[in-house]
Amino acid sequence: MLKIENLQASIDNKLILKGLNLEVKAGEVHAIMGPNGAGKSTLANIIAGKDDYEISSGTIELNGEDLSELAPEERAHNGVFLSFQYPVEIPGVSVTNFIKTAINQTRKAKGLEDMPAKEMLKMIREKSELLEIDRKFLSRSLNEGFSGGEKKRNEIFQMAMLEPKLAILDETDSGLDIDALRIVANGVNKLKSKDNAVIVITHYQRLLEYIVPDFVHVLYDGKIVKTGDASLALELEAKGYDWIKEELVQ
Amino acid sequence: MSKYTEDDLEQELKTKEYKYGFYTEIESETFAKGLSEEVVIAISKKKNEPDWMTDWRLEAYRVWKTMKEPEWANVHYEKPKFQEIAYYSAPKAKPKLNSLDEVDPELLDTFKRLGISLDEQKKLANVAVDIVIDSVSVATTFKKSLGEKGIIFMPISEAIQEHPELVRKYLGTVIPTTDNFYAALNSAVFSDGSFCYIPKGVRCPMELSTYFRINEGGTGQFERTLVVADKGSYVSYLEGCTAPSRDENQLHAAVVELIAMDDAEIKYSTVQNWYPGNKEGKGGVYNFVTKRALCETNAKVSWTQVETGSAITWKYPSCILKGNNSVGEFYSIAVTNNHQQADTGTKMIHLGKNTRSTIISKGISAGKSQNSYRGLVQISPRAENARNFSQCDSLLMGNDCGAHTFPYIEVKNKTAQIEHEATTSKIGEEQLFYCNQRGIDTEKAIALIVNGFSKEVLNNLPMEFAVEAQKLLEISLEGSVG
Repeated sequence: MLKIENLQASIDNKLILKGLNLEVKAGEVHAIMGPNGAGKSTLANIIAGKDDYEISSGTIELNGEDLSELAPEERAHNGVFLSFQYPVEIPGVSVTNFIKTAINQTRKAKGLEDMPAKEMLKMIREKSELLEIDRKFLSRSLNEGFSGGEKKRNEIFQMAMLEPKLAILDETDSGLDIDALRIVANGVNKLKSKDNAVIVITHYQRLLEYIVPDFVHVLYDGKIVKTGDASLALELEAKGYDWIKEELVQ
Repeated sequence: MSKYTEDDLEQELKTKEYKYGFYTEIESETFAKGLSEEVVIAISKKKNEPDWMTDWRLEAYRVWKTMKEPEWANVHYEKPKFQEIAYYSAPKAKPKLNSLDEVDPELLDTFKRLGISLDEQKKLANVAVDIVIDSVSVATTFKKSLGEKGIIFMPISEAIQEHPELVRKYLGTVIPTTDNFYAALNSAVFSDGSFCYIPKGVRCPMELSTYFRINEGGTGQFERTLVVADKGSYVSYLEGCTAPSRDENQLHAAVVELIAMDDAEIKYSTVQNWYPGNKEGKGGVYNFVTKRALCETNAKVSWTQVETGSAITWKYPSCILKGNNSVGEFYSIAVTNNHQQADTGTKMIHLGKNTRSTIISKGISAGKSQNSYRGLVQISPRAENARNFSQCDSLLMGNDCGAHTFPYIEVKNKTAQIEHEATTSKIGEEQLFYCNQRGIDTEKAIALIVNGFSKEVLNNLPMEFAVEAQKLLEISLEGSVG
């Protein structure tokens, strides 16, 4: 599904990604871990198409299509979803109105009519139940005055509504208490299928107890330096990242 | 990468042409340019007015001659040359019309291009529309069913003929001819406008609506509106404006007077989309408007405005809260783009006891425009327990525009409670990227953000108007956002 080869990218002339390779197949869950400043969020933003980065070499393909040619909204239309680490506030725009606009814009890009209101409402009801979201929450302004947990739950709600092919969860676990973490993880697990893929970016192993990855990658200094199965996350949790640095030096 | 950036948006905004920039060729009868007592008399004569009306105009003209244009507003422009303006212009050949079929087809076509379908308006929105094109009304609908309730809704020129006692009693009582330079000018030369009277205890069964439109090049338009809501009555009045593209600056100096008697309520909503000038700031309408309401005991007046057009806007719909327990509200969205300048706000004059006022102002600036809120909250010594809440929010797009807030608060009674809140924000790259990531392109994202920002005001518009206003915001920001 996603194929990244030798990706080098910089921001403000500072090289962040230094030849990154990653392949994610449909049906897989990948976790990307690594110390602060390793380039985890940069990778997420670049896949989503944020404009701040300069890509100096390498390719990003989604199902064989070169993503770098596409605007962020076009990537979204092609099934890329990013759960933001810091979701933005949009005052006066309700959660419902926002997701309705997002869905209909995506449908429009595919040459489809707007989703009928009845169908939309039904879907909203189902997905909000899945994530244990109160109906009152849906009429609040997007992310305005939301707690950290509400923001993240709202991100996963949007993911559930948009049914992406590739979902990238950028530190979705930060700011979540244990109950919220379980609800969010449960939601992600239910949305998982043979046909979609998930990349979980996280500092901690905690989330991976609930969303069990097929692969764990360690991103360090702009490169993936180690790949393993779920047990690697446990090892990282126990030993920290220093041993990886040492391994690299040798 | 084919990403649509804010720069692209700005570029597109700059190159965006005014959508309604076309010109209808309707034969017009126009007076020679310039203003004198003779011209004032001629206008009055042309309209077959009674002597008291002619005298009233002349008095206004004499006062105007001694006045100076106000210069305190935060706007910069070349002053109109008042002797270069023709003060009367009316579409020719206009016998009384009974149906739309009798209206000049070219005129109807103009409405169509503006998206104003009278038929649709009538059928869907149940709106009685009194259209003013170049100062003379051409079509009045629903007059009959309003008449059954005793409601008078007609061009003010007709009202002067048919209900002189009412017009004479109330005209100029809220905004005296001496009030200010533009109000005096309007009083001297106004050509037409609307008159509305709601009898005691009557609830007007439909939204009353007038569409204004400037058409003839080089003519000023001086509309005069007078709405009188008698005791215990209710009316919702809609005013909407679009104007075609012009090279010369056109002067628009309207006067709107509202009178809400005891227990009456008036809701006055405006969508203003005069030609804003081209992207270099050439042309465009000068909109110098005086709007004021008088509220008697327990009366309520609510002004709602969506201002997207005009090169210069100078406008402060105000409420004189004379009666005890009276209520004044002002809800405003002002959008400026390119070189537009707006200085708009309100005055809430609290005279009576327990009077309350609310001010919600939303300014949106793009391009190189300047957007100012100017508002006065005045509590007189007699106004026990007066309350005011003001909120002024500004939204900026790009780095070349400006937002300014000039709140004036004068309190002469210790029991008053005044609150003022103000915020300034910018549509950020982060917000746009977030929307983009959800599949919403930048243009739509801006519309979404702007609509959210303006929501409190849009919610106060009557339904059918809110939709139109939302469309207008999108249109003016289509180019406007970038």
